[in-house]
Amino acid sequence: MSKYGEKNIRAYGNNFTTMTPGPVAKWLRTCLIFQAIRFVIINIKMLVVVSKSH
Amino acid sequence: MARLVVLGGGVSGHTAATFAAEWLGSAHEVVVVTPNAKWNWIPSNIWVGVGQMTKEEVTFDLAPVYAKAGIIYHQAKALGIHPEGNETSDKPYVVVESTEAGKAGQIENIEYDYLINATGPKLNFAATPGLGDANGLGEFTVSVCTADHAVHANEELHKCIEKMKKGERQKFLIGTGHGMCTCQGAAFEYIFNIEHELNKAGVRDMADIKWISNESFLGDFGVGGLHMKAMGFAVSSKIFAESLFAERNVDWIIGAHVNKVEKGKVHYELLDGSMGEEEFDFSMLIPPFAGVGLKAINKAGEDITATIFAPNGFMKVDANYAAGAYENWKASDWPSTYQNPTYGNVFACGIAFAPPHPISKPMSSPNGTPINPTPPRTGMPSGIMGKAVAHSVCDRILKGPDAPLHEASMAHMGAACVASAGKGLFTGTAAAMTIYPVVPDFEKYPGTGRDTEYTFGEIGLAGHWIKHILHHLFIWKAKLKPGWTLIPE
Ligand SMILES: Cc1cc2nc3c(=O)[nH]c(=O)nc-3n(C[C@H](O)[C@H](O)[C@H](O)COP(=O)(O)OP(=O)(O)OC[C@H]3O[C@@H](n4cnc5c(N)ncnc54)[C@H](O)[C@@H]3O)c2cc1C
Repeated sequence: MSKYGEKNIRAYGNNFTTMTPGPVAKWLRTCLIFQAIRFVIINIKMLVVVSKSH
Repeated sequence: MARLVVLGGGVSGHTAATFAAEWLGSAHEVVVVTPNAKWNWIPSNIWVGVGQMTKEEVTFDLAPVYAKAGIIYHQAKALGIHPEGNETSDKPYVVVESTEAGKAGQIENIEYDYLINATGPKLNFAATPGLGDANGLGEFTVSVCTADHAVHANEELHKCIEKMKKGERQKFLIGTGHGMCTCQGAAFEYIFNIEHELNKAGVRDMADIKWISNESFLGDFGVGGLHMKAMGFAVSSKIFAESLFAERNVDWIIGAHVNKVEKGKVHYELLDGSMGEEEFDFSMLIPPFAGVGLKAINKAGEDITATIFAPNGFMKVDANYAAGAYENWKASDWPSTYQNPTYGNVFACGIAFAPPHPISKPMSSPNGTPINPTPPRTGMPSGIMGKAVAHSVCDRILKGPDAPLHEASMAHMGAACVASAGKGLFTGTAAAMTIYPVVPDFEKYPGTGRDTEYTFGEIGLAGHWIKHILHHLFIWKAKLKPGWTLIPE
């Protein structure tokens, strides 16, 4: 799990210079409580941009 | 009584026509000319293309909706515009050809007082030999640009999944099929939805998945990339995109102009001038977009298409088409009223208007081949433009021909985008992003060109929930169900 994203990095290949998520970042993406909070925050952020654009 | 004719019943035209009908009431006429019998929520075609939605879930019949709204509906495609009328009448009109069963091919003239061109893109498969036939259902590659294309793509995808289940390794190649494509976002969604579905089917380890695109860096998306606020940094979309590609084990070829497609193989030229080939078992390549090929004829019967339309077939509007080199580009080059400079009662919105220039920096190979994304006009800006143009036309009809025009420049508006990376109520993810403004303004926001207070992005399940809710919300709105006017574009 801890090597979740890192295992795909190829030394000096296309993807050698990017970042990869660790286990916590990965877990948070589908953690229901965290995502429910993010759902509210993202919606507010989007509504602000929508209201600035109309 | 005045008549507004709207060409194209897609995202932009449907928004314009329905709001115009709402604001004008029955005292004036709103006419829609569009070749399809069904409306399509195009963003969800991605899910049709991986078998997670049916064609029926992403389309609905237009006729009952227009009947409810009091809109006169012609299932037809516009062929030409006569903005000065003809020898016998000064009344401007459009020539349309019916696509309705039983009437197909019949030609009709429809007069107008105001015209909105929202005909979207011609999917120009023919620009790349082998990419597809006129219907887009290519012999060698698939497409997700229409619901029918997506149904076909899903059938082909499942053939590959069956092969992998039998132990046969498969190569997937997804991206753009020409050096001048836009819509990288759709290909981005499709590649990660495929990856997600292959995981679910238990065959991910049997698949090599590769991205090929005309972007000079991953995460350009046709908007020159964007800097998003994250972890206290303004982080380039390049980092985010590369990170996701690395995490999901998807390799990439960028700066590529696909110049030929054969059975199981694409040929491409890179920005450094080198040529390459890539083999595939399954490939979805977005075609380049062009205008739909409308002609314009003046009163004397002379062809004035080049006056009204840009060489790429998109309609000229109030943009600065003489900006020249990249160094001279300004946010103010972008149109704000979408009024045609020659005919004040003609407007173009959504993908149908001719942009002044790309948003991404133009690039070409040492062989002189241009390889850079052309500017996207995604759903939210297309809807906002459609509404603004409808507002302008309604004001001119109701308040007089000098009523000021409404403005909706892509250099002053933001966009909210949700790019699906896999569908599932608890396992899905999507990149939820906002970008403000769509066209970077390097004078106002030195450095990144955008306001990083309002430009952000993150990937997660919440984004997927939003994408799924938006699917239902926008179909609700397009069907003009209760409260539809309150749902923003
Ligand atoms: C697969 C895919 C996924 C996408 N996902 C997203 C997304 O997640 N978010 C987002 O914001 N955007 C997305 N987009 C982009 C979005 O679909 C477009 O921005 C939007 O559809 C543009 O609206 P439009 O009205 O200009 O064109 P369209 O929606 O294409 O409408 C054009 C209409 O004109 C009609 N027409 C064509 N020729 C004629 C003619 N001669 N006469 C009359 N009518 C004609 C067409 O049939 C069509 O109905 C996606 C695009 C694709 C292809």
